[in-house]
Amino acid sequence: MPRVGVFVCWCGVNIAKTVDVEQVAQKASTLPGVVYSTSYRYMCSDPGQELIRNAISEHKLDRVVVASCSPAMHETTFQRAVSEAGLNPYFMEMANIREQDSWVHEDRELATEKAFELIAAAVERVKRAQPLEPLEFSVEKKALVIGGGIAGIQAALDIAEAGFQVYLVEKSPSIGGRMAQFDKTFPTLDCAMCILSPKMVDCYRHPNIKILSYSEVEEVKGFVGNFEVTIKKKARSVNEDLCTGCGLCIERCPTKATSEFDEGIGERKAIYIPFPQAVPLVPVIDREVCLWFTKGRCGLCQRVCPAKAIDYSQQDTYIKEKFGTIIVATGADIFDASVYGEYGYGQHPDIITSAQLERMINSSGPTKGEIIRPSNGKHPESVVFIQCVGSRDEQKGYPYCSRVCCMYTAKHALLLKEHLPNVKTYIFYIDIRAFGKGYEEFVRRVQDEFGAIYIRGRVGRIYPENGKLIVQGTDTLLGQQVKVEADLVVLAAALVPRKDVKDLARKLNISTDEYGWLMEAHPKLRPVETMTKGIFLAGTCQFPKDIPDSVAQASAAASKAIAIMQQESLFSEPVVARVNKNKCVGCFSCKEVCPYSAIEEETVLEQTSGLEKKIAKVNPGLCQGCGNCASACRSQAIDLLGFTSEQLIAQLEGLAKVERE
Amino acid sequence: MKVAYFPGCSLHSTGIEFDISVREVCKAVGIELEEIEGWICCGATSAHATNHLLSLAMPAYSLALAERMDVEDVVAPCAACFNRLKHTAVLCQDKATFEKVRELLPIPWENRLRIRNLLDLFVGMLEEIKPKITKPLSDLKLASYYGCLLLRPPHICQFDDPENPTTMDELLRACGAQVVDWTHKTECCGANLTIPRSDLVVELTYRILKSAKTAGADAIVTACPFCHLNLDARQADVHRVKGEIFNIPILYFTQVLGLALGIPAKKLGLRRHLVDPFLIPTLRRR
Amino acid sequence: MKENREWTPRILCLLCRWCAYAGADLAGISRIHYPPTPRVIRFPCSARMDPYFVIKGFREGFDGVLVAGCHPGDCHYSKGNYYARRRFMLLKDLLLFAGIEPERLQIRWISAAEGKKFAQVISEMTEKILPLGPLKIKEISLKRILEKEELWQPLAGSE
Repeated sequence: MPRVGVFVCWCGVNIAKTVDVEQVAQKASTLPGVVYSTSYRYMCSDPGQELIRNAISEHKLDRVVVASCSPAMHETTFQRAVSEAGLNPYFMEMANIREQDSWVHEDRELATEKAFELIAAAVERVKRAQPLEPLEFSVEKKALVIGGGIAGIQAALDIAEAGFQVYLVEKSPSIGGRMAQFDKTFPTLDCAMCILSPKMVDCYRHPNIKILSYSEVEEVKGFVGNFEVTIKKKARSVNEDLCTGCGLCIERCPTKATSEFDEGIGERKAIYIPFPQAVPLVPVIDREVCLWFTKGRCGLCQRVCPAKAIDYSQQDTYIKEKFGTIIVATGADIFDASVYGEYGYGQHPDIITSAQLERMINSSGPTKGEIIRPSNGKHPESVVFIQCVGSRDEQKGYPYCSRVCCMYTAKHALLLKEHLPNVKTYIFYIDIRAFGKGYEEFVRRVQDEFGAIYIRGRVGRIYPENGKLIVQGTDTLLGQQVKVEADLVVLAAALVPRKDVKDLARKLNISTDEYGWLMEAHPKLRPVETMTKGIFLAGTCQFPKDIPDSVAQASAAASKAIAIMQQESLFSEPVVARVNKNKCVGCFSCKEVCPYSAIEEETVLEQTSGLEKKIAKVNPGLCQGCGNCASACRSQAIDLLGFTSEQLIAQLEGLAKVERE
Repeated sequence: MKVAYFPGCSLHSTGIEFDISVREVCKAVGIELEEIEGWICCGATSAHATNHLLSLAMPAYSLALAERMDVEDVVAPCAACFNRLKHTAVLCQDKATFEKVRELLPIPWENRLRIRNLLDLFVGMLEEIKPKITKPLSDLKLASYYGCLLLRPPHICQFDDPENPTTMDELLRACGAQVVDWTHKTECCGANLTIPRSDLVVELTYRILKSAKTAGADAIVTACPFCHLNLDARQADVHRVKGEIFNIPILYFTQVLGLALGIPAKKLGLRRHLVDPFLIPTLRRR
Repeated sequence: MKENREWTPRILCLLCRWCAYAGADLAGISRIHYPPTPRVIRFPCSARMDPYFVIKGFREGFDGVLVAGCHPGDCHYSKGNYYARRRFMLLKDLLLFAGIEPERLQIRWISAAEGKKFAQVISEMTEKILPLGPLKIKEISLKRILEKEELWQPLAGSE
């Protein structure tokens, strides 16, 4: 008969307030098999763990139930604690009486009762636990970084510096991401490209980094240490090895198209480099508009290319690689401001988004740094900014704060004044959120020194009148309507999840939150990890954030990835399926349902008859422990270690038995 | 198709031409209107500002009467009536509210009818209406004006985009008219403030008229008797205060549809407007 | 259970640890209150939930069973939830045949981000089970099932 110890945690008042922990501990001591039970203020603390270890040796416990928070929180903590006292870690079972009891119920009596039942069930389950040993497997010392923005670049550099190989996969023709589009950065007004471009070049030159631009992740298989990834390298129509980046092809190309990099306000050629500092400095042909591909004639670029690098026959190629870890840094999209019919974005040329203004201010942008009204090419005299377009708005956009818009709007107001000293700037805002280092001071400066007029309130309508735009809104501090005449209106559109992020999340087997942001394992304590081991998040794919935060998260993700890859081998949870050779009849229903092809066939001699029979065998290296085979097995010959039918039924009966008593 | 008809007070008084044209047009497109017998005020003007429960119970009573009829839809052409009826139907989906309202009613009510406005109904059967359009108004430039009550609050009205609606545009285009792109199609006309702050109403009306004129509209088309009254009757005040003469006729969308369906102008109440629609040459011939 | 208190149903919850269990945790972290009816067992995947566990749950006297896994397409093991869906749809018919009200078995997709949804599902389920009263499986005789012809309907087309 196992000797079970029950340890009930108060979690300060978190549990103790709703659950009578002392009564529960007292009652638990009467459960069959329980030889010791107690409660303590913080079971996860050092003295708490010490208490468990001491009790194990003092009372010769061989099974432990900890009733505290969710196993997602502290399962490993307590597993470690019991193994330090000499027990197999799988002889510890948790009863979740915080997240799923004290925090969600009000009735103290019922919550206490429930806590006791959960403990009783955990006791029944742990009594039937078997000792399990973690499985050892090798680690591929190579990392995959998806997304070549500032977060991806930083993560790739950090991992490469630590001596590991990195593949940096970027969807667009060049790495650089959003930051490459920016003119200056807040609050220091560093030139964005001046600080980004050296990092891009470092990536390109680093012997450990391989940049796969114009490429996308196609398929991801495997698990931490052994991800098998298929990467699609889209046909660039230009041979990267031969191209010298001279740009002659671009000069001669007769076809123009709207530039994505310039947010739709500039033009590029059909063969193009998105921006002058692009890495790699190799053009790409847009096959949707190129005359050769649409009409089958032209071929000018091929004729002029001195390096003979143009290759119209190029096809998409697929690269298969193994990686130990994956960092996702795919960034964010910008909210479609045309959703706000009252603002008239897309209906009037002088109503633009902040991203478009950013390109306009940039000296290498489509207007060469001239700030103009798109309708007539003249300098604006009065500019109105509207913040929170798509953010903090449950009706039409998203309820969250997009975090960066207050600051970039302030930056734009300042830059505008620098470019056009006589311009008047008005900013409609809900609240000013200047949370970072030096941010509040920056906004003050924009108000005091650069004369930006902040109006607290929202805009109800924008309409053209006499060649101007009339911005009609409310000033909630004055409590009255205001009308501002503007030459240019700039909408601070929120950052929103990438449109195709769900596809990627599915490929990687990681989750997204209600909006589509990639979800971290724990909002406070595991902000860069995902629920899937070995996959980490960096930058705005997780939530809107500014450059310093993105860089910090990228370095954090890199260090997490390095910590995994520097190990000789990894250990996995021994939750794998096992076949009872005597019971298996060889129907192979399990093989049909196994998503990992982990079921193999094995020939054994039947003991009684001496005849050969084919039965199922589990390859523990492939098995991921979903347990589908166990549910499919008709003779109950296959079971999942750690979640055996015996354990689960005992737990179920344990929950039910209390009721009968 | 038979529907319960809730005309409301406006359509029996200041907006009688709306009522006349609604009945004519419905007859022409095959909608049988049956007026709810014994309907009472929807409470739009004051009930919702004084007593929340009362503001739900008043429309609920009329809806309960309609449930006795053999219909599935209640049609309220007046935007304010539509808004109040819809408010009641939507808010009473909450069980507790529903129970409270039901207690106040002298007759049983299940809250099972759909509340429709006419625009919604017409656009839904546009394919059936199109072949019946015999006299398209091809040289007429119209500004479709939705006002506020038809669209807002959006979670109640559940009808078209609240900031950039297009339903009426679609209908007017089907009538052959050119629909101008203008900025004030959902702007408030200020009807609520007619009595206490008529100065503000003049300003608001002015903006709408000005915007429609700038966009080149021959007439403004509305779906609400309040908007109509305001825009039609205030043009004299606007002239006095702002010194600008608009003389822009205000039509109901049912009148436009009626004309396109070949119904004679005099049967659609066109002569009842203050700004004479026959100032528009195209209409003079009808 | 004590005599002086109103009857509280008990719902056995079979939750996948990657989504619904984490969703239930999130409800706790967000302090969203719901009736104290659920009793949770954590599973590695909804594919591990042998329909037997549900039958066993009813036999052991639970008044309802909630089976919750990841949304279609989001399974941590790529397609375990599709297998679960098939198994439980079949089981639902079987339970109906056995005279167990269909409200007592609910199959839901709840993601790790849907704490609010978990609380809602529990509240709704509790509300639906309350008027049904405690599960009285022994009182259901075959005769009564045979009399209720409509119970046969769902099985009709499946032959």
